[in-house]
Amino acid sequence: MSANGAPPLLELNAVDTYYGQIHILQALSIRIAAGELVCLLGGNASGKSTTLKTILGIVQPRNGTVSIEGEDVTKRPTSYRIARGLAIVPENRRLFAPMTVLENLEMGAYLRGGGSKEDFDRVYELFPRVYERRTQLAGTLSGGEQQMVAMGRALMSRPRLLLMDEPSMGLAPILVERNFEIIKQVHESGVAILVVEQNANVSLSIADRGYVLSTGRLVLEGKAAELRENDDLRKAYLGH
Amino acid sequence: MSEWLPPESESPEEAVPTTGPAVGRDEWVAREGERRVSRAGWAGTVEERLRRVPWWAWLMLFVAAGSLMPVFESSGYVRLVGFNTVVYMMLALGLNLVVGWGGLLDLGYIAFFGVGSYVYAIFDSAKFGYHVPSILIIPAATIVGALVGLLVGLPSRRLSGDYLAIVTLFFLELFETVATNGNQIFGHDITGGSFGISTVFPLSFAGHTLAVQHNGIFAVSYYYLAIVMFVIVYVSLFFVNNSRTGRAWRSLREDPLAAEVMGMPVNWLKLTSFATGAGVAALAGTISTALNASVYPLNFSPVVLITLYAMVILGGSGSQPGVVVGAFLVSVLLQVLQDPGQARVLFYLVIVVGVIAAYRVSVRLAIVAASTAVFGIATHAIAASFHHSWVDGAHGGLAGVLANWVVVPERLTPWVGQVAYLLLLVGMLCATQLRGRLRLVTLPPTLYLAAFVWENQMIPNPGPARYIVLGLLLIVLMIVRPNGLLGERRVEIN
Ligand SMILES: Nc1ncnc2c1ncn2[C@@H]1O[C@H](COP(=O)(O)OP(=O)(O)OP(=O)(O)O)[C@@H](O)[C@H]1O
Ligand SMILES: [Mg+2]
Repeated sequence: MSANGAPPLLELNAVDTYYGQIHILQALSIRIAAGELVCLLGGNASGKSTTLKTILGIVQPRNGTVSIEGEDVTKRPTSYRIARGLAIVPENRRLFAPMTVLENLEMGAYLRGGGSKEDFDRVYELFPRVYERRTQLAGTLSGGEQQMVAMGRALMSRPRLLLMDEPSMGLAPILVERNFEIIKQVHESGVAILVVEQNANVSLSIADRGYVLSTGRLVLEGKAAELRENDDLRKAYLGH
Repeated sequence: MSEWLPPESESPEEAVPTTGPAVGRDEWVAREGERRVSRAGWAGTVEERLRRVPWWAWLMLFVAAGSLMPVFESSGYVRLVGFNTVVYMMLALGLNLVVGWGGLLDLGYIAFFGVGSYVYAIFDSAKFGYHVPSILIIPAATIVGALVGLLVGLPSRRLSGDYLAIVTLFFLELFETVATNGNQIFGHDITGGSFGISTVFPLSFAGHTLAVQHNGIFAVSYYYLAIVMFVIVYVSLFFVNNSRTGRAWRSLREDPLAAEVMGMPVNWLKLTSFATGAGVAALAGTISTALNASVYPLNFSPVVLITLYAMVILGGSGSQPGVVVGAFLVSVLLQVLQDPGQARVLFYLVIVVGVIAAYRVSVRLAIVAASTAVFGIATHAIAASFHHSWVDGAHGGLAGVLANWVVVPERLTPWVGQVAYLLLLVGMLCATQLRGRLRLVTLPPTLYLAAFVWENQMIPNPGPARYIVLGLLLIVLMIVRPNGLLGERRVEIN
């Protein structure tokens, strides 16, 4: 991580996030270095999506800081954080249904003027199917295709850190595998990735490191290989 | 088959395994080209041909038809209606920008029309002696309108649904108050108060004045000028809609949270859509005021706002050609409906179409039609047997034909009319809420009551009657085409 002294790409420092009176995230600290692939595991309602919302500034933490490359962005709006290199594939994809695939991609690059030809080509290369469907309305795509467009849309902004909220939800097993192959491919091109997953097995197999959340607290963290050997985690998630 | 494929769907072959369905190796989705079906026969051919006509060709056709109107129609009244229709179309375009594209419920829209009107009237009238050249005052009024829009939008921080609606409604009220009491602001007369400003100069370009009337007849130059302005607004908005900003507006309307995480400056985008719409309304205000040579606070009443919303909804909120057609239809309709005879034809037409739309062509439709007719004839016979004056109220034309069916007394006792009205409301409620046989039973008396109330209450008061027909038309349209005449079909994420 910060072995060479450079500040991490993203750092959450002792973050407390509330929804009204309900304390969700409790003294949560996470760091992601440039180019890392990190996964965030946890059961339903453990606060995974809330963590991503805190990172993006959709909810404000009551205590603690969010920093990007050492710069405190806790008080900065979402658009600023996107401009600093974050992008997200939201839970349930959330495509703009009545707009075409092409327009959805363009919106992903909104802050970069709608995206250059290279940006589009990069997405098309990863997802030939997206190219084929580019004039179709996003709302009429199949779930798997929507997942590809959502990922392409996030990549259009040329992020340095890609956040993914349950990318394999609702995909057939073969597509989950395919999906993680693509995640790996994106990662190898130099993009740091924070992937939120229920599927601990697959995500730990490609991740460098992992964090495990339970009711808003960090209960485990470490190298992916170590986590895979962890007995508690195996009982809870891996089922063997 | 192949001629139905649009050129872009010629899919690249590489990615698709073609050797039949293999378990566990499904394609991501079936290929769409092979699944697309079009309507067979000539209807499909015509549909496809029409779809290929580019938007500007439609616009040119529409404008050409409109421009020919004064050639065939020399009546000053009709030309004036034409002018007002074009102004309405401009206003509808602006409202569509705010409501249809921005997704913002702007209930003060008409006030910005007023801002433009008053700016023109104040700086171009004998009242204060200013005479700013039109080439300056028209853009200036537009910009002032947009700036006022910005100011109104700013405090409604998140510009979210209910909050914005109430703020803009308040602004409309404020505008009317200021306009009506503007003759005594700190001892100064600015707006002429409730009498307005009635000495407005006509438009003038490079020292050349465009007379409003020509030999006592409405000057066609204003009509053409309005058309030119309309085309400019239409084309600019078309390009705005197809720009990154236009698409950002739409994505914002669709899913604000997703738009926000794409990095869009959500509030700023909403504000620009709101202010641009306000600017368009102000622009329409200038030419309209110049033609009328006057401006009054009453020109900007909520009725105008409701009419505008009716136009946008009827035409299809979000669709530019849609709202133009909507504005055209409603504007012409409101004129036509001023004649009770024509209003009557339309009223029954709407009801018939509505019932047909609800039941399609079916046995039930026949039952409803027959029992309504029988119900009426029986009621009529019973009423006539009491006293002939009970059925002697209607004469001539469609009314004369109907007089054998609807009971129209020479003089209706007021409470009977009121009770009938109440019963009609109850009947309508039943007809919409009930299903199946119960509805079948309640519908004929309700339809008959509608005719009774119409003939006895509405025909003597054409003012409210035309708005009722308009409302009915909207209801029927919402059943038949929920997204307006040319509205886009809604696509839900499944
Ligand atoms: N806007 C909100 N207001 C109040 N409570 C909320 C809100 N959003 C989320 N919560 C609550 O916060 C808790 C954590 O939610 P979160 O969405 O972070 O869970 P998650 O870990 O992503 O779960 P899942 O795997 O089911 O998506 C849940 O109990 C949820 O009900
Ligand atoms: Mg979640």
